[in-house]
Amino acid sequence: MLEINNLHVKLEEEDKQILKGVDLTVEPGTVHAIMGPNGSGKSTLSYVLSGRDGYEVTEGSATLDGDDLLDLDPEERAAAGLFLAFQYPVEIPGVGNMTFLRTAVNAQRKARGEEEMSAADFLKLVRERAKSLKINADMLKRPVNVGFSGGEKKRNEILQMAMLEPKMCILDETDSGLDVDAMKLVAEGVNALRDEGRGFLVITHYQRLLDHIKPDVVHIMSDGRIIKSGGPELALEVENNGYADILAEVQ
Amino acid sequence: MALANPKQDATEARIAGLALPQGGCLQTARREALARLREMGLPQRRDEYWKYTRPDTLTQPVAMPAAVFEVEEEPVFNDLDRLKVVFVDGVYDADASDDLEVEGVQIDRIADICGQDIHWAKDLYGVLEAKGQNPVERPLAALNTAFAQDGVAIHVQGQVSKPISLIYIHESETSDAILHHVVRVEPGAEATILENGPAAARFNKVMEIDIADGGKLHHVRAQGRDHERRAATHMFARLGAESVFKSFTLTANGVLTRNEVVVELTGDDAVAHVAGACVGDGDFLHDDTVFITHDAVNCESRQVFKKVLRNGATGVFQGKILVQPGAQKTDGYQISQSLLLDDDSQFLAKPELEIYADDVACSHGSTSGAIDETGMFYLRSRGIPEAEATDLLTLAFLAEAVEEIEDEAIAADILSRLESWLTRRR
Ligand SMILES: Nc1ncnc2c1ncn2[C@@H]1O[C@H](COP(=O)(O)OP(=O)(O)OP(=O)(O)O)[C@@H](O)[C@H]1O
Ligand SMILES: [Mg+2]
Repeated sequence: MLEINNLHVKLEEEDKQILKGVDLTVEPGTVHAIMGPNGSGKSTLSYVLSGRDGYEVTEGSATLDGDDLLDLDPEERAAAGLFLAFQYPVEIPGVGNMTFLRTAVNAQRKARGEEEMSAADFLKLVRERAKSLKINADMLKRPVNVGFSGGEKKRNEILQMAMLEPKMCILDETDSGLDVDAMKLVAEGVNALRDEGRGFLVITHYQRLLDHIKPDVVHIMSDGRIIKSGGPELALEVENNGYADILAEVQ
Repeated sequence: MALANPKQDATEARIAGLALPQGGCLQTARREALARLREMGLPQRRDEYWKYTRPDTLTQPVAMPAAVFEVEEEPVFNDLDRLKVVFVDGVYDADASDDLEVEGVQIDRIADICGQDIHWAKDLYGVLEAKGQNPVERPLAALNTAFAQDGVAIHVQGQVSKPISLIYIHESETSDAILHHVVRVEPGAEATILENGPAAARFNKVMEIDIADGGKLHHVRAQGRDHERRAATHMFARLGAESVFKSFTLTANGVLTRNEVVVELTGDDAVAHVAGACVGDGDFLHDDTVFITHDAVNCESRQVFKKVLRNGATGVFQGKILVQPGAQKTDGYQISQSLLLDDDSQFLAKPELEIYADDVACSHGSTSGAIDETGMFYLRSRGIPEAEATDLLTLAFLAEAVEEIEDEAIAADILSRLESWLTRRR
């Protein structure tokens, strides 16, 4: 489904190479986790895949179901089924959360040539999904993420994912800043969406999230490359011993 | 021979083309206004108060023509139950207007106030304007008081059940209209005044508003969309104790607009909110010039002005809060912001505070910037196309000003105008 080949990315404004040849394939129905030291390029990878400005791809490719992602505008990537839950969700003063969700859902439907969702159907769906993430009516009415606590912002990301039902979900440190109960809620939200047609790429620093969302493959990223891949046990190894051993082993 | 005085010459040239309406009880007020005007002279570009806005097309003897804009959309406020008072090119149109009989309010033409001996109107006409000439001169308002051709006296005596809707129709490409309204809100009375329409090729309008203790006046206007129209408007409001004045203006298009608002809070615990949302595209200059004086204890004032500018449009804001000695517990807030949708547009702002009391809370801020890139990417990453995301963020930017409108139906109407403006310009 998601296929990344030898991806090299530098900053547009500076002569700084951040991704130095990333190879990664996520099959439908699987959950891949990426771990790695701070600054190794995990968020950069997620931003480049979703089409944020400021990066230049110098080599390599990224495709979603065969379509060249790097050629598409961010909104086209979203309509093609890509979703990124941001490490730092953005506050948008003046735009109501509900308006935002409905505009997004309908924009994607329109882009795919589907019929827009009626106001009533939308309301029903959003209430139901919000409820299971313990997002109250007030948070739906308020401006997007404005004044939300760290944990509320992360749950709001998962609500968007649940509403948009993307094919390929990238979660960038969705667990950071969550209390134990919120982490469970988020994990349940993710697990509810798991099915054979959908792929997940979960970026995290902690094994704990992976207790709730069981990964099929765990990758270790360091200095702009994936240096090691393995099963869930790799995450445990990182949790217990840090990255030193793995880094040494690769060198 | 006297030395050439360009300012005086320009003023005399303008006056020469106008006739002072003769007779009636306003004669003295008009003569005095003319004397004030001669004394001050019409504004010129060198004048500090006109630093950002060229006054010449507003002061020249003959108005620049303005094409009448064909609009398919139904006019603003059309769906509201309201009392229509219609002016065509600045002249009251009785046939197009409703019967001016509504519970709680009496409305008369300025021309009729002498015959009917409407004292309050006679005593108000030109008075707040004259007072408003200090400390800053507003010669176009004096010209208005002297030469106004028409206008209404609105006497609010109770709870007025529906909005009083002043509609300004523009029919002639060369019309040059001068309207002067006076409004008196009695103690505890409340009304809403709406204004809409392009009015004329050139429009000079003054509204003097006297709100007695505990009175409330809501004012919402949408200035007409004719691309080539020009307007210089003044509102002078005097607020008594515990009174409330809330004014909102939407301006879309129009080649030149100067809206001056002069508010004096003269009674304790009074509240004045003045807000504006302006959207300008291309050859467009919009100027909000506001002067709020706190002269009583525990009064609140808010100025909220938002401008969206593109294709070389210019926005101007000159806003002042003056807190007089003794006006303790003043709560003054002022914000002026512009959203520049391209590099060709500009926003010129001069926010000012002048405070002579020690126990006050006043804040002001002025910003100018482009669409927030981070927010833009966030919206697009959710599948919202760039144009739609721009609209969403633009409406979000304007929201703080539109939220100043208390009535939900009116606010929704204004919002829908902004939405369609944005859609038309995609
Ligand atoms: N716009 C930018 N300007 C300058 N440096 C940048 C920019 N974007 C990324 N970088 C740098 O690229 C490197 C990778 O950053 P990135 O955010 O992708 O790391 P990460 O793996 O997500 O780290 P963390 O675990 O702390 O979230 C860092 O050294 C970062 O400082
Ligand atoms: Mg990161």
